[in-house]
Parts: sequence; C-alpha cells; structure tokens
Amino acid sequence: MSAGQPPLDSPEIRRLTPVLGPGHTFGSVTDKISSIVLTRRTSFGWYVGFALSFGFTGLMTIAIGWLVTKGVGIWGINIPIGWGFAIVNFVWWIGIGHAGTLISAILFLLNQKWRTSINRFAEAMTLFAVACAGIFPLIHTGRPWMAFYMFPYPSTMGLWPQFRSPLIWDVFAVSTYATVSALFWFVGLIPDLATLRDHATTKTKQVIYGMLALGWRGSVRHWHRYQSAYLLLAGLATPLVLSVHTVVSFDFAIAIVPGWHTTIFPPYFVAGAIYSGFAMVLSIAIPLRKAYGLEDFITMRHLDNMAKVMLATGLIVAYGYFFEFFLSLYSGNKFDVFLVQQRVHGPYRHFYFALILCNILLPQTLWSYKLRHNVAFLFVMSLIVNTGMWLERFVIVVISLTRDFTPSAWGRYQPTFWDWATFTGTIGFFVMLLFLFVRVLPAISIAEMRELVAETSEE
Amino acid sequence: MEQHRSHIYGVMAEFDTPEQLVHAVEKARAAGYHRMDAYTPFPVEGVAHALGLKRNNVPLITLLGGLAGGLGGFYLQYWVNVSSFPENIGGRPLNSWPAFIPVTFEMTVLGAALCAVFGMLALNRLPQPHHPVFNVKRFVHATSDRFYLCIEARDPKFHLMETLRFLQGLQPHHVSEVTDA
Repeated sequence: MSAGQPPLDSPEIRRLTPVLGPGHTFGSVTDKISSIVLTRRTSFGWYVGFALSFGFTGLMTIAIGWLVTKGVGIWGINIPIGWGFAIVNFVWWIGIGHAGTLISAILFLLNQKWRTSINRFAEAMTLFAVACAGIFPLIHTGRPWMAFYMFPYPSTMGLWPQFRSPLIWDVFAVSTYATVSALFWFVGLIPDLATLRDHATTKTKQVIYGMLALGWRGSVRHWHRYQSAYLLLAGLATPLVLSVHTVVSFDFAIAIVPGWHTTIFPPYFVAGAIYSGFAMVLSIAIPLRKAYGLEDFITMRHLDNMAKVMLATGLIVAYGYFFEFFLSLYSGNKFDVFLVQQRVHGPYRHFYFALILCNILLPQTLWSYKLRHNVAFLFVMSLIVNTGMWLERFVIVVISLTRDFTPSAWGRYQPTFWDWATFTGTIGFFVMLLFLFVRVLPAISIAEMRELVAETSEE
Repeated sequence: MEQHRSHIYGVMAEFDTPEQLVHAVEKARAAGYHRMDAYTPFPVEGVAHALGLKRNNVPLITLLGGLAGGLGGFYLQYWVNVSSFPENIGGRPLNSWPAFIPVTFEMTVLGAALCAVFGMLALNRLPQPHHPVFNVKRFVHATSDRFYLCIEARDPKFHLMETLRFLQGLQPHHVSEVTDA
C-alpha cells in the first residue's frame, strides 16, 4: 500500500472490506436470515436477556403507576427546575431514533449500499426509541389521561391548542415522526413477511406472517409501485428527521432562558441526535452480529463506516459546544456569560466535564484505523457516546433552569429514586422490544440483501 | 380447450436468474403476449421495462396527499386563531403565519406519507388474501430465489398447449399450469 494508495472506492478496497461476505446466493441470504426467526432454537442467552429487560420494564410500569397515583411530586422536579429527567430523557431517546431514519432514508437516497444490512434493525430501534421518548412528555403532564388536550379537536369547551407554541409543534413533529417511521418500517417489511409466510414451519406462523404480508406475491407490477412509494417515503423522511430535532431544539431556543436562547441549537441538536443514534446502532449491531453469527452481513466495513459517522457528527457537536461558549462570551450579555461560567464552575461542573470527556475527547480515538476495527473498543466507545449525549441534555436542561436571571429564583435539582426507576425502566423496555423484534421479525432486510447479492455478483 | 379456460388462470415458467427472466419477458412480448406478469423475490432491474410498465400513479397520489395535508394543516391553524378562538397575544396579528409553518410542514409530510403507503397498497389491490398464483406449489420460491413469468389465460393469444410449449422453449427450470380454484 505504500507506493500509491488505491482510490477509496476502488475494487481492491471493496474486496478487502466487503459489505457482504463472499459466496452468498439469493437462497443462502434468505435461509440464513429467515432461519433466525423460523427454525433456530431460542437460545438460553436470549431468555436471560429477555428476562432481565422484562424486569426493568416491570420497574418502569411500577414507576409510572406510582406516578399516576401520587403525581409528579415523586420526582426531583421543583420550581424553578420544572423540566428535570423527563425532558432530558425525552430529548435523549428521540435523538437516538434519528440514526435509524438517517440510515434508512438519507443513506438510501445517497445510494449507500452498506446501509442494506443495518437499516431494518436501525428502523426498529427508531420506533422503539420514539416509543420510549413519547412516554416522558406524556407522564410529565402529570395527568397522562388528559394528554389528548394537546391535539386539536372540537371540544365542548371551545378551546384549541396554542399553535404559536413550540411545545405544540413538538406534538405534531413527534407524532408525525412516529407514524412515518412505522409506515416506512412496515413497507420495508412486507416482502420479508411474505418470505417468512412461504418458509413458515408451522401453520400458526404461516397464518400470522401471511396476514401481515397482506398477500404480497412479488408481482413486478407491485414492485414497480412499491419502489416509487419507498423512494418517496425516503424523500419525505429525510426533511422530516431533520425537522424533528429542530423542533425539539425550538422547545429550548424559543424560550428566553440563558443558555437556551441561541440560534445554533437546531443544527447542533440534529448533529447530536445522529451522533447518539449511531452510537446506539453500534451498541445493538455489535452484540447482534455476534449472537446470531451475522458477521458476513454486518461486516467490519459497516462498523467502520458507522464509527466514521460518529466521529464526524461528534466534531459537529464539538463545534456546537465551542460556539455556544464563544457566542455567550462574545455577546457580552451578563446572564449568558454567567451561565457559561456556571457550566464550568457551578454545582453541576462534574456533569459538564464528563460531557466534554465522553463526547469530545474520548471519541477522537476513532481517528485510528486500528481502534475502529477493534470491535470491543467500538462497543465501549458507543456506550460512552450515549452516556455523553445524555449528559449533554442534562447540562442543557438543568444548569440553565437552576441559574435563572435573579438569584432568588435559583435552585438545585436532585433526581429521586423514581426518576432513576423511570429512566432505567425505559432502557429495559427498549431492550425488551429489541429482544422480541429479533425473535419474531427478520433483523436484516432479506429482499434488499438479495438485491445486494445480485449487484455484487455483477462486479 | 375452451372448457379449460374457465379454471385455468395461466401458465407459469420458473427461472433461476433475473437475466433469464428479463430475456423470457422480452421473448413473450415479441411473441405477441400482453396479459402477463412476472414475479420476483426482489425488484429486478429491467423486468418492469420489458413488461412495458411506464409511470405509475403513486407519486401523483403522494403529491395530492402532501398538498391536502399542508393546506389542511395551515387552514386549521388559521381558522382556530383567526375565527374560532381569536386571542390578542401581545398585539401580534391573529394570523401569525410564521408560527404556523412547523405544523404545516409536519402535516404535509404526514399527508404525503400516508397517501404514498396506502395509495401504493390500494393500487396494488393489497391486502389480497388469495391469488391463483399461490396454487402453484413451487411458487413459494418466488419470495426466495426463483423468478417467475406467468402468461395469463385472458390474453387473446393464450392457448394452453401452445403457450406451455412456448414457455418450455425458453429453457425454464420448470413450467406449471396455474389453476383458478
């Protein structure tokens, strides 16, 4: 390699780091992926993992039940810190979802073939993350059974939602995002559900998958319209995913609170969302390929590319931190300057330094080719970035609210047991849904893998 | 032969590779068959073209859905703020249209996406629990690794024996009759 490196996308490089292991046929990818769902025995490890995550889901249910009984007073929120864990976790979860849409929509439009084997479970991750995200604002209302007030409907009170408020924009953005992600996921699943129907080992499976497949038979006339619809959905999901975290950032940026009222929020929130999302995709992909022997499909090329995306978005986030800092100082606004000092010197400085360490300093190791190809290291790094992104939201929400304009309005925030129970509970819920997903649905798009086989065999 | 037509849906040939299928479709078109469909486990480039499929209506339906969602979303906010429940907030105009843009955008995407998916399914006449092609035992491979061409009995040129012979001449893996019942 020393004398004249080959260009990055040359056949030589592609052979060395393929997106698909060698020797696969249409039949072999079909059998391998569908067998995980249809014929493979459920492993002991699956039961252990499922039981553990199911336990945490139970904890979440108890925490929510207690919340409904007692009210939001069981949390650490107070006046002035009304937003606490609920909003931190909401923003964290919704951000994680963004990578799934990025992989399935934006990389599809950019014709990135390596997305094929990771888009299905990344989309599933999006749906589950959005489900976890949705829980928080819902229960943060204190009376979740009244949440329908947020939607415009002709009520006997003659009242309507306040459409000038970013919180209402959020309702529309997140519910649209959840709906479109579910549609996109299901449309992608239809041909694979038909495969499972046709390979089903029992009558029950055949009937269930058959109903879900809607009678798909692979007609070319159907594929023709299917491809149009899929492309259009990708085109629609692309601006949508960018809008969702933009609207989430408006929840902060439109307020006049120091540290929130800044125009850099939308782009830096979107970058942070993709950053944490790719970290989560890595956290899922690495154990998944190991447990089900999918190293041929989720190759080192995928892990390497995802690490690079993480590195790039991490740098955008670092740029965001820098400019947040710089603009506050440059503005000369004493409240903004004071807030920046509070981040570094205030009572939550440890969170801030941990955030810089997790999100900016440690990920710089991903510049190294060797470390990007060390699977265990990547796994640990993905967990670090996820922690860092959670800390970022904590820093944004809590430090600004504890240091308002007048010292008499200052406060402290201390999460309670129930805050932690709800948060860890949603992580358990998320993991449980993933366990169920890999067991009952193909974790990799079979139809798209066949297409990949056809394309790579031409080369 | 005539009484056969009532319960014969068509004749189906099975191929190993997408290239063979494209070739077969071209041959069948050249032989004057029009009422036919191909079945593939993934979208194969060239088959749609060989079948003479041109544009479809999914993009148009999506556009209309997007327009309806966007206009409806904006009008809802306009009507709520200007006529149903007018509120003077800090002297700002009742029709504060810049504040209505995010919801209008989301409703545009929602309308378009719903129409893209349900429009596609409706045009494809899905869900459809049964179809004659499923009567062919070997057709399970259509969602795995085989490629099928089915010439349908409603084609004016269709003649059971001749069409069977024609398909056999294309060197398929297998040829089968597709029955209606």
